[in-house]
Amino acid sequence: MIMADLKTEFLGISSPNPFWLASAPPTDKAYNVNRAFEAGWGGAIWKTLGEDPHIVNVSGPRYSTLFSNDRRVIGFNNIELITDRPLQTNLDELRQIKKDWPDRALVASIMLPMDEASWAKYVPMIEDTGVDGFELNFGCPHGMSERGMGAAVGQVPEYIQMATEWAKQAASVPVIVKLTPNIADILPPAKAAQDGGADAVSLINTINSIMRVDYDSLTMYPTTDGMGTHGGYCGEAVKPIALNMVAEIARSDATRALPISGIGGITNWRDAVDFFALGARNVQVCTAAMVYGFKIIDDLVDGLSTFLDQKQMTLDQLVGKAVPSVTDWQHLNLNYIEKAVIDQDLCIKCGRCHIACEDTAHQAITNMVDGERRFEVIDEECVGCNLCVSVCPVDGCISMQQLTTGTDPRTGEPITDEKLQWTGHPNNPMRKTG
Amino acid sequence: MATQKPSPDIRSSRLGKSEIDRNFSDLHPPLSRPEALIEADRCYFCYDAPCITACPTGIDIPGFIQKIRSDNIQGSAHTILSENIMGGMCARVCPTEVLCEEACVRNLHEDKPVEIGLLQRYATDPIFEQNNQLFERAASTGKKVAVVGGGPAGLSCAHRLAVLGHDVVVFNRDSKPGGLNEYGIAAYKTINDFAQTEVDYILSIGGIELRNNSPLASAAELSDLCEEYDAVFLGVGLALSNSLGIEGEDMTGVLNAIEYIADLRQAEDKSKLPVGRNVVVIGGGMTAIDVAVQSKRLGAEQVHLVYRRGPEQMSASVFEQTLARTSGVAIHHWASPERIIGGDHVTGVEFRVESSDDRLHLEADIVFKAIGQNMNGDGLISIALESGRFVVDENQKTSMDKVWAGGDCVVGGDDLTVSAVQHGKIAAIDIDRHLRKA
Ligand SMILES: Cc1cc2nc3c(=O)[nH]c(=O)nc-3n(C[C@H](O)[C@H](O)[C@H](O)COP(=O)(O)OP(=O)(O)OC[C@H]3O[C@@H](n4cnc5c(N)ncnc54)[C@H](O)[C@@H]3O)c2cc1C
Ligand SMILES: Cc1cc2nc3c(=O)[nH]c(=O)nc-3n(C[C@H](O)[C@H](O)[C@H](O)COP(=O)(O)O)c2cc1C
Ligand code: SF4
Repeated sequence: MIMADLKTEFLGISSPNPFWLASAPPTDKAYNVNRAFEAGWGGAIWKTLGEDPHIVNVSGPRYSTLFSNDRRVIGFNNIELITDRPLQTNLDELRQIKKDWPDRALVASIMLPMDEASWAKYVPMIEDTGVDGFELNFGCPHGMSERGMGAAVGQVPEYIQMATEWAKQAASVPVIVKLTPNIADILPPAKAAQDGGADAVSLINTINSIMRVDYDSLTMYPTTDGMGTHGGYCGEAVKPIALNMVAEIARSDATRALPISGIGGITNWRDAVDFFALGARNVQVCTAAMVYGFKIIDDLVDGLSTFLDQKQMTLDQLVGKAVPSVTDWQHLNLNYIEKAVIDQDLCIKCGRCHIACEDTAHQAITNMVDGERRFEVIDEECVGCNLCVSVCPVDGCISMQQLTTGTDPRTGEPITDEKLQWTGHPNNPMRKTG
Repeated sequence: MATQKPSPDIRSSRLGKSEIDRNFSDLHPPLSRPEALIEADRCYFCYDAPCITACPTGIDIPGFIQKIRSDNIQGSAHTILSENIMGGMCARVCPTEVLCEEACVRNLHEDKPVEIGLLQRYATDPIFEQNNQLFERAASTGKKVAVVGGGPAGLSCAHRLAVLGHDVVVFNRDSKPGGLNEYGIAAYKTINDFAQTEVDYILSIGGIELRNNSPLASAAELSDLCEEYDAVFLGVGLALSNSLGIEGEDMTGVLNAIEYIADLRQAEDKSKLPVGRNVVVIGGGMTAIDVAVQSKRLGAEQVHLVYRRGPEQMSASVFEQTLARTSGVAIHHWASPERIIGGDHVTGVEFRVESSDDRLHLEADIVFKAIGQNMNGDGLISIALESGRFVVDENQKTSMDKVWAGGDCVVGGDDLTVSAVQHGKIAAIDIDRHLRKA
């Protein structure tokens, strides 16, 4: 069996596969990174370096978790800062790792104060270890932004541009700018990185969050000596947010040329396909590795290769494949009509579609037909919203099917091939005519 | 030629105490919290859930499971117990595979229903352990109701009446309350004296006076009760075992299964119970299965259960039949007992095999009759009976003024604990309606 080759060049940095470990605890030190590379990871972004004296972390809970009932980790939250080890220790280990693993991508993540001198001083010093590139951490949502770094920079496009310029001036290897999602619109920060000369952007870093309260003490949870603070949210739950931001950059005229490293919730190969198809050229993983260990790389690599083989595609061909399908709401075809269809052979009669549609959508699913418990779509009422598909526990039982001929039983309007966008819709007071 | 007369091999301590203890430990051990949360997650929270309809007491099953998911165990127990005050016992003894779990839509999806019975036990166990009173009595109505029979039907009726504000006196024949929960149900289904724990919980609502050793013995006594009380509920169960009506039935060693089971349930030390080496059980219901399995678990070497019809006609569920087989009981179908063989003591049974001239001969030191019970209704004959049981309407009302009835003693029931509880509940609601009108 010959599997698709996943060998990747990202900004000229080669790695045996496109799966890199994101800058975080899994890449904190040589011990972890050695184990990761032994397990087969393509690259690693070292835990973010900073100036000496190094920061200190709390010695209590750093993490908290959104669980499913069987304690599967759905979302994950942390208040960890950047590296809490001396710079020289990190530099020595970076040098050794690069020597021991020349075929793997090794990138230094850095966070520095907003003055040019710091960048001019540290960037060459770090590059000297042999790293393949830099990632500028403008994303850390806690702890560092209070010191005028991390998200404090990442939320101000001018600062992003300035710091990126300083990094580019001092570095001869590629510079990736890591973006924070804690902003209203991802495009200005991405554009600022591009204008500052960034070779690529990576996103997302973690999202401001509080996990929950403690139901006994009624304080936030977790706390350090009774007090807590917001942390950064990541893991499976954040993937949809990350995908939207990646797609926005990939489809915007201003930023579409900017290479993207996708991050956020990647747990299996399918998640990676999402990022690639929406424009990422490589991907980074943190939480999944923290939850399951480095061994998940087997499924990531094997699953992606098998998928590409089945699609008879190369990874390059997959990148951006879905981007043209992403548009603004106003350009969706309002003449296109779908109706839900329930496969009665697969239906287990739980009635969830009925109650969901009945209580909260469009009263378009029966619960009784001829005195029997039976769930059927009433085409006269169905607006095609997909809620029933979302709540049905049986895979493939309810599907949405397009109406191509006749009239829509709901509106009585004839079905037409002609497209109608909101921009030209008669109900739109601002419609463009002619 | 003189035949040698074998002496019956009946003795106690066929197995060591520890082995017997193991054999009579919890048949379905309770779920741990992680197990319960995972199982609760499997519930689809169906609309108009079929399991609710399939539960004779109509417990809001998706509702109580939802509360388990969110760790609201007390709320979950309240959802259960407010429809079925014996939700704890029912969680242990209901044949769920033919009730709620049979209706679970997961059967269509993956052939494995949600373990509703075990979840129900998970939700209710802590309530009994902590004696956490979840119910409050309504303001006193000043009305008095007599409940005859302290089994599931009677206690369910008494509890609901007490909650509704009436005062209740329970007249119970036996020296302990609980009916067959205490004297009948297989020991491994209700360990650690759960039957009495549950009765104590039920009575702790207040307003219920329990009088044990107080059988209602005649029609005259029933009339007296009707005079003295505002209403009467009869939940007397089935007192008498049916007889086979064949030769040799009066030999020693031919026993009523129900009586043996009652002794077993009351035994301080099960290893002291006498057990036959070869045991033959005649019957095809829950009692037959239970006496067969429990004999085997007490150390009988050979246990044969013989039923006159096929597996589909057995009133014991498929689960119960499988339990018997896996416990080492040999089940024979389509064979009817023709005569009991022996001298003073039984030595065997001869069966006629259906639609053939064959005879099946089984050696026996003990023969158990488990072919059903009937009611000793003679004393109460002023009420309309049908096949020896009281006739009632949909509100459990009998033909006699002021008298309701429910549980095994009424016509058309399915002889399950859960149905007895439902009858008691329905009767109480109807009695309340009548008393408030009056
Ligand atoms: C061996 C056996 C195993 C069973 N296993 C199961 C099982 O696993 N699951 C299940 O759901 N069901 C099972 N059943 C059936 C279940 O036990 C009965 O359906 C249920 O107990 C009926 O309740 P009841 O209140 O009608 O009668 P009973 O439980 O029989 O209670 C009758 C009560 O009335 C009292 N009484 C009787 N006569 C008088 C009188 N004249 N005056 C005053 N008091 C009187 C008795 O003392 C007793 O307390 C089993 C039954 C048997 C016999
Ligand atoms: C405990 C923890 C520490 C992190 N530390 C850093 C860091 O030092 N620098 C950084 O750029 N990102 C850091 N991150 C963010 C991750 O690199 C990544 O962007 C984010 O977790 C989203 O990816 P995921 O969903 O795969 O975890 C950290 C994340 C976690 C969970
Ligand atoms: S698609 Fe929406 S409106 Fe149509 S049946 Fe399903 S839930 Fe109802």
